[in-house]
Amino acid sequence: MKIKMKYFGMIAESLGKEEETLDLDIKMVSDLSDYFLSEFSRLEEMNFQISVNLNIVPAQFELSENDEVALLPAFAGG
Amino acid sequence: MVKKKKSVLTKGAISPEIIAQSIAHHSVGTDIGAHDIFLGQVRADTANDKTVTAIEYTAYEEMAEAKFSQIRESAFAKFDLICLHILHSLGKINAGEICLFVFTSSAHRTDAMAATRYIVEEIKADVPVFGKEIFDNKSHQWKVNK
Repeated sequence: MKIKMKYFGMIAESLGKEEETLDLDIKMVSDLSDYFLSEFSRLEEMNFQISVNLNIVPAQFELSENDEVALLPAFAGG
Repeated sequence: MVKKKKSVLTKGAISPEIIAQSIAHHSVGTDIGAHDIFLGQVRADTANDKTVTAIEYTAYEEMAEAKFSQIRESAFAKFDLICLHILHSLGKINAGEICLFVFTSSAHRTDAMAATRYIVEEIKADVPVFGKEIFDNKSHQWKVNK
């Protein structure tokens, strides 16, 4: 399934990109996080949350074609 | 009730002039009896002999604006507010400059003061804004809200 990925802060810096479209054979948000942690082990040191279409979602959330998914490191507003 | 929708994220530091103008604009709101203001300022933290000279703020802008909007709706629902303004900086903000402006107005002090506290805590916890602390030796680290 095609997913529009967005990366921010230290994650964007570590991956060297801010966005891309991925085509992965996955279903749940947990599959996506497993994919990232296995491809980029350095992400293990970074706590991140995952948002789908602008909402933070749990690992059990089911992804759909063309979802906009973001890896969000710790917030630092204010 | 004033519930204007406009963007909270703004490029660059929030100047004392913007804050002064915002206060001045409320002189026509004669039902207001109390204003409360929170100003977040970039702190020159020191770590391992390095000093923070600036924070470069970025955000997941679309989600951040949606979150600000939710926080705004929720503040109006929880507190008896007449008026509420929030500005948050994006880009490089130098130590000593203002990066967050929360301005609440109500008939009496308790609502404005409690709302300001609530809004600031919600912003720190829920809004996807990211801060790169830039040190005087040009190195950097990523800020994490406590």
